[in-house]
Amino acid sequence: MLRSIRDGDKLLVGLDGELDHFCAQSIRRELDNQLADPGIRQLILDFSGLSFMDSSGIGVILGRYRILRDRGGSVSVIHMNEHVSRIFHMSGMSKVIRQLDKKQEARR
Amino acid sequence: MNQHNEMQTSFLSIAENESFARVVVAAFAVQLRPTVSEIADIKTAVSEAVTNAIVHGYEGTVGQVILRAEIHDKNLLTIEVQDQGKGIADVPQAMEPFYTTHPEQERSGMGFAVMQTFMDDLYVESTPGTGTTVRMSKRIRSGGNW
Repeated sequence: MLRSIRDGDKLLVGLDGELDHFCAQSIRRELDNQLADPGIRQLILDFSGLSFMDSSGIGVILGRYRILRDRGGSVSVIHMNEHVSRIFHMSGMSKVIRQLDKKQEARR
Repeated sequence: MNQHNEMQTSFLSIAENESFARVVVAAFAVQLRPTVSEIADIKTAVSEAVTNAIVHGYEGTVGQVILRAEIHDKNLLTIEVQDQGKGIADVPQAMEPFYTTHPEQERSGMGFAVMQTFMDDLYVESTPGTGTTVRMSKRIRSGGNW
Protein backbone atom coordinates (compact mmCIF):
# COMPACT_ATOMS: atom_id res chain seq x y z
CA MET A 1 0.00 0.00 0.00
CA LEU A 2 1.30 3.41 -0.96
CA ARG A 3 0.29 6.71 0.61
CA SER A 4 0.48 9.51 -1.89
CA ILE A 5 -0.10 13.27 -1.93
CA ARG A 6 -0.32 15.29 -5.14
CA ASP A 7 0.66 18.96 -5.16
CA GLY A 8 0.83 20.52 -8.64
CA ASP A 9 3.50 18.70 -10.61
CA LYS A 10 4.80 17.00 -7.44
CA LEU A 11 3.85 13.56 -6.21
CA LEU A 12 4.91 12.52 -2.72
CA VAL A 13 4.69 8.78 -2.15
CA GLY A 14 5.25 7.09 1.20
CA LEU A 15 6.54 3.51 1.03
CA ASP A 16 5.60 1.26 3.93
CA GLY A 17 6.89 -2.12 5.00
CA GLU A 18 9.50 -3.97 2.96
CA LEU A 19 10.88 -3.49 -0.53
CA ASP A 20 12.25 -6.77 -1.83
CA HIS A 21 11.82 -8.61 -5.15
CA PHE A 22 8.37 -9.88 -4.11
CA CYS A 23 7.00 -6.49 -2.94
CA ALA A 24 8.70 -4.66 -5.85
CA GLN A 25 6.20 -6.07 -8.32
CA SER A 26 3.13 -4.43 -6.75
CA ILE A 27 4.96 -1.23 -5.71
CA ARG A 28 6.18 -0.75 -9.29
CA ARG A 29 2.66 -1.30 -10.63
CA GLU A 30 1.08 1.17 -8.20
CA LEU A 31 3.75 3.81 -8.81
CA ASP A 32 3.44 3.50 -12.58
CA ASN A 33 -0.35 3.85 -12.37
CA GLN A 34 0.12 7.19 -10.65
CA LEU A 35 2.98 8.28 -12.93
CA ALA A 36 0.78 7.65 -15.98
CA ASP A 37 -0.33 11.26 -15.47
CA PRO A 38 2.23 13.22 -17.56
CA GLY A 39 1.62 16.28 -15.38
CA ILE A 40 3.76 14.74 -12.65
CA ARG A 41 7.32 16.00 -13.01
CA GLN A 42 8.70 15.49 -9.52
CA LEU A 43 8.45 12.23 -7.63
CA ILE A 44 9.43 12.32 -3.97
CA LEU A 45 9.73 8.95 -2.24
CA ASP A 46 9.31 9.03 1.53
CA PHE A 47 11.13 6.09 3.11
CA SER A 48 10.17 6.80 6.74
CA GLY A 49 7.88 3.76 6.86
CA LEU A 50 10.27 1.43 5.02
CA SER A 51 11.76 -1.20 7.33
CA PHE A 52 13.73 -3.22 4.76
CA MET A 53 15.13 -2.80 1.28
CA ASP A 54 17.47 -4.91 -0.83
CA SER A 55 18.84 -4.41 -4.35
CA SER A 56 15.36 -4.95 -5.85
CA GLY A 57 14.60 -1.49 -4.47
CA ILE A 58 17.45 -0.04 -6.53
CA GLY A 59 15.76 -1.37 -9.68
CA VAL A 60 12.40 0.13 -8.70
CA ILE A 61 13.84 3.56 -7.90
CA LEU A 62 16.09 3.75 -10.98
CA GLY A 63 13.24 2.54 -13.21
CA ARG A 64 11.02 5.42 -11.98
CA TYR A 65 13.97 7.80 -12.32
CA ARG A 66 14.15 6.92 -16.05
CA ILE A 67 10.42 7.59 -16.50
CA LEU A 68 10.68 11.03 -14.86
CA ARG A 69 13.97 11.90 -16.56
CA ASP A 70 12.43 11.20 -19.97
CA ARG A 71 9.78 13.85 -19.28
CA GLY A 72 12.32 16.31 -17.91
CA GLY A 73 11.45 15.63 -14.27
CA SER A 74 13.27 14.26 -11.24
CA VAL A 75 13.11 11.78 -8.39
CA SER A 76 14.19 12.54 -4.84
CA VAL A 77 14.07 10.63 -1.59
CA ILE A 78 13.50 11.61 2.03
CA HIS A 79 13.73 9.93 5.43
CA MET A 80 16.06 7.03 4.63
CA ASN A 81 17.17 4.96 7.58
CA GLU A 82 20.84 4.03 7.96
CA HIS A 83 20.41 0.64 6.29
CA VAL A 84 18.55 1.97 3.23
CA SER A 85 21.04 4.83 3.03
CA ARG A 86 23.97 2.38 2.73
CA ILE A 87 22.33 0.62 -0.23
CA PHE A 88 21.45 4.00 -1.74
CA HIS A 89 25.10 5.11 -1.67
CA MET A 90 26.81 1.82 -2.61
CA SER A 91 24.61 1.45 -5.70
CA GLY A 92 25.57 4.85 -7.07
CA MET A 93 21.93 5.98 -6.92
CA SER A 94 23.02 8.99 -4.89
CA LYS A 95 24.63 10.37 -8.07
CA VAL A 96 21.32 10.75 -9.92
CA ILE A 97 18.72 10.86 -7.17
CA ARG A 98 18.61 13.74 -4.76
CA GLN A 99 18.33 13.11 -1.06
CA LEU A 100 16.29 15.87 0.57
CA ASP A 101 17.04 16.89 4.12
CA LYS A 102 14.48 18.22 6.60
CA LYS A 103 14.97 21.88 5.59
CA GLN A 104 14.58 21.16 1.89
CA GLU A 105 11.52 19.10 2.64
CA ALA A 106 9.97 22.02 4.56
CA ARG A 107 10.50 24.29 1.54
CA ARG A 108 9.02 21.76 -0.82
CA MET B 1 26.93 -19.67 24.99
CA ASN B 2 28.16 -19.37 21.43
CA GLN B 3 28.59 -23.11 21.08
CA HIS B 4 28.40 -24.78 17.70
CA ASN B 5 24.93 -24.73 16.23
CA GLU B 6 23.35 -25.26 12.85
CA MET B 7 19.99 -25.17 11.10
CA GLN B 8 18.67 -26.20 7.73
CA THR B 9 15.38 -25.64 5.99
CA SER B 10 14.10 -25.80 2.44
CA PHE B 11 11.29 -24.03 0.69
CA LEU B 12 9.81 -23.53 -2.77
CA SER B 13 11.41 -20.97 -5.07
CA ILE B 14 8.52 -18.51 -4.95
CA ALA B 15 8.99 -14.82 -4.22
CA GLU B 16 6.78 -14.93 -1.09
CA ASN B 17 9.54 -16.98 0.57
CA GLU B 18 12.17 -14.23 0.32
CA SER B 19 10.94 -12.60 3.53
CA PHE B 20 10.51 -16.03 5.16
CA ALA B 21 14.17 -16.89 4.46
CA ARG B 22 15.61 -13.67 5.86
CA VAL B 23 13.45 -13.80 8.99
CA VAL B 24 14.50 -17.44 9.64
CA VAL B 25 18.22 -16.61 9.42
CA ALA B 26 17.77 -13.45 11.51
CA ALA B 27 15.97 -15.48 14.21
CA PHE B 28 18.77 -18.08 14.19
CA ALA B 29 21.47 -15.38 14.37
CA VAL B 30 19.91 -13.66 17.40
CA GLN B 31 21.73 -16.10 19.75
CA LEU B 32 24.98 -14.32 18.76
CA ARG B 33 23.54 -11.05 20.10
CA PRO B 34 24.13 -9.11 16.88
CA THR B 35 23.51 -5.38 16.64
CA VAL B 36 20.45 -4.12 14.78
CA SER B 37 22.78 -3.08 11.98
CA GLU B 38 24.38 -6.55 11.78
CA ILE B 39 20.92 -8.14 11.59
CA ALA B 40 20.00 -5.77 8.75
CA ASP B 41 23.21 -6.77 6.90
CA ILE B 42 22.46 -10.48 7.30
CA LYS B 43 18.81 -10.13 6.23
CA THR B 44 19.83 -8.15 3.15
CA ALA B 45 22.50 -10.66 2.08
CA VAL B 46 20.10 -13.61 2.53
CA SER B 47 17.42 -11.76 0.59
CA GLU B 48 19.82 -11.21 -2.32
CA ALA B 49 20.97 -14.84 -2.44
CA VAL B 50 17.43 -16.24 -2.24
CA THR B 51 16.17 -13.76 -4.85
CA ASN B 52 18.99 -14.89 -7.17
CA ALA B 53 17.96 -18.53 -6.70
CA ILE B 54 14.33 -17.69 -7.52
CA VAL B 55 14.89 -15.23 -10.37
CA HIS B 56 18.00 -16.67 -12.02
CA GLY B 57 18.42 -20.24 -10.72
CA TYR B 58 14.87 -21.40 -11.37
CA GLU B 59 13.80 -18.55 -13.68
CA GLY B 60 10.14 -18.64 -12.72
CA THR B 61 9.92 -22.42 -12.46
CA VAL B 62 9.34 -23.92 -9.02
CA GLY B 63 12.13 -25.87 -7.34
CA GLN B 64 13.59 -26.27 -3.87
CA VAL B 65 15.85 -23.71 -2.26
CA ILE B 66 17.93 -25.10 0.60
CA LEU B 67 18.96 -22.67 3.31
CA ARG B 68 21.59 -23.60 5.88
CA ALA B 69 23.11 -21.54 8.64
CA GLU B 70 25.87 -22.46 11.06
CA ILE B 71 27.43 -20.85 14.07
CA HIS B 72 31.01 -21.91 14.74
CA ASP B 73 34.33 -20.57 15.94
CA LYS B 74 32.51 -18.68 18.74
CA ASN B 75 30.90 -15.89 16.73
CA LEU B 76 31.18 -16.78 13.07
CA LEU B 77 27.89 -17.10 11.20
CA THR B 78 28.00 -19.01 7.91
CA ILE B 79 25.00 -19.03 5.58
CA GLU B 80 24.51 -21.24 2.56
CA VAL B 81 21.79 -20.80 -0.08
CA GLN B 82 21.58 -23.64 -2.57
CA ASP B 83 19.43 -24.21 -5.64
CA GLN B 84 19.32 -26.94 -8.25
CA GLY B 85 18.50 -24.55 -11.03
CA LYS B 86 20.20 -23.69 -14.28
CA GLY B 87 23.50 -22.58 -12.79
CA ILE B 88 25.82 -19.73 -13.78
CA ALA B 89 28.17 -20.23 -16.73
CA ASP B 90 30.49 -17.36 -15.86
CA VAL B 91 30.55 -16.66 -12.11
CA PRO B 92 33.09 -13.77 -12.15
CA GLN B 93 30.98 -11.98 -14.79
CA ALA B 94 27.76 -12.56 -12.80
CA MET B 95 29.45 -11.03 -9.75
CA GLU B 96 30.39 -7.80 -11.51
CA PRO B 97 28.39 -4.83 -10.20
CA PHE B 98 25.52 -3.84 -12.53
CA TYR B 99 25.80 -7.04 -14.58
CA THR B 100 22.28 -8.39 -15.11
CA THR B 101 20.70 -10.85 -17.49
CA HIS B 102 17.27 -9.31 -16.79
CA PRO B 103 17.45 -5.53 -17.38
CA GLU B 104 13.85 -5.61 -18.69
CA GLN B 105 12.72 -6.71 -15.22
CA GLU B 106 14.62 -3.79 -13.71
CA ARG B 107 17.06 -6.13 -11.97
CA SER B 108 19.86 -3.84 -10.79
CA GLY B 109 22.72 -6.32 -11.09
CA MET B 110 23.82 -5.37 -7.57
CA GLY B 111 22.89 -8.58 -5.73
CA PHE B 112 26.40 -10.05 -5.36
CA ALA B 113 27.87 -6.59 -4.66
CA VAL B 114 25.40 -6.17 -1.79
CA MET B 115 26.30 -9.63 -0.41
CA GLN B 116 30.00 -8.77 -0.63
CA THR B 117 29.51 -5.43 1.09
CA PHE B 118 27.31 -6.65 3.94
CA MET B 119 29.09 -9.94 4.71
CA ASP B 120 32.78 -10.64 5.44
CA ASP B 121 33.22 -13.46 2.92
CA LEU B 122 31.34 -14.62 -0.14
CA TYR B 123 31.95 -17.76 -2.16
CA VAL B 124 29.88 -18.83 -5.17
CA GLU B 125 30.02 -22.32 -6.61
CA SER B 126 27.99 -23.06 -9.72
CA THR B 127 27.69 -25.69 -12.42
CA PRO B 128 25.53 -25.00 -15.46
CA GLY B 129 22.57 -27.38 -15.48
CA THR B 130 23.19 -28.49 -11.90
CA GLY B 131 22.71 -25.43 -9.71
CA THR B 132 24.35 -22.79 -7.58
CA THR B 133 25.51 -22.61 -3.99
CA VAL B 134 26.22 -19.26 -2.36
CA ARG B 135 28.21 -19.47 0.85
CA MET B 136 28.81 -16.38 2.93
CA SER B 137 30.00 -15.66 6.41
CA LYS B 138 30.07 -12.84 8.89
CA ARG B 139 31.75 -12.48 12.21
CA ILE B 140 29.34 -11.02 14.74
CA ARG B 141 30.96 -8.49 17.05
CA SER B 142 28.97 -9.94 19.92
CA GLY B 143 27.12 -8.07 22.61
CA GLY B 144 24.95 -5.68 20.65
CA ASN B 145 22.37 -3.53 22.38
CA TRP B 146 18.78 -3.95 21.30
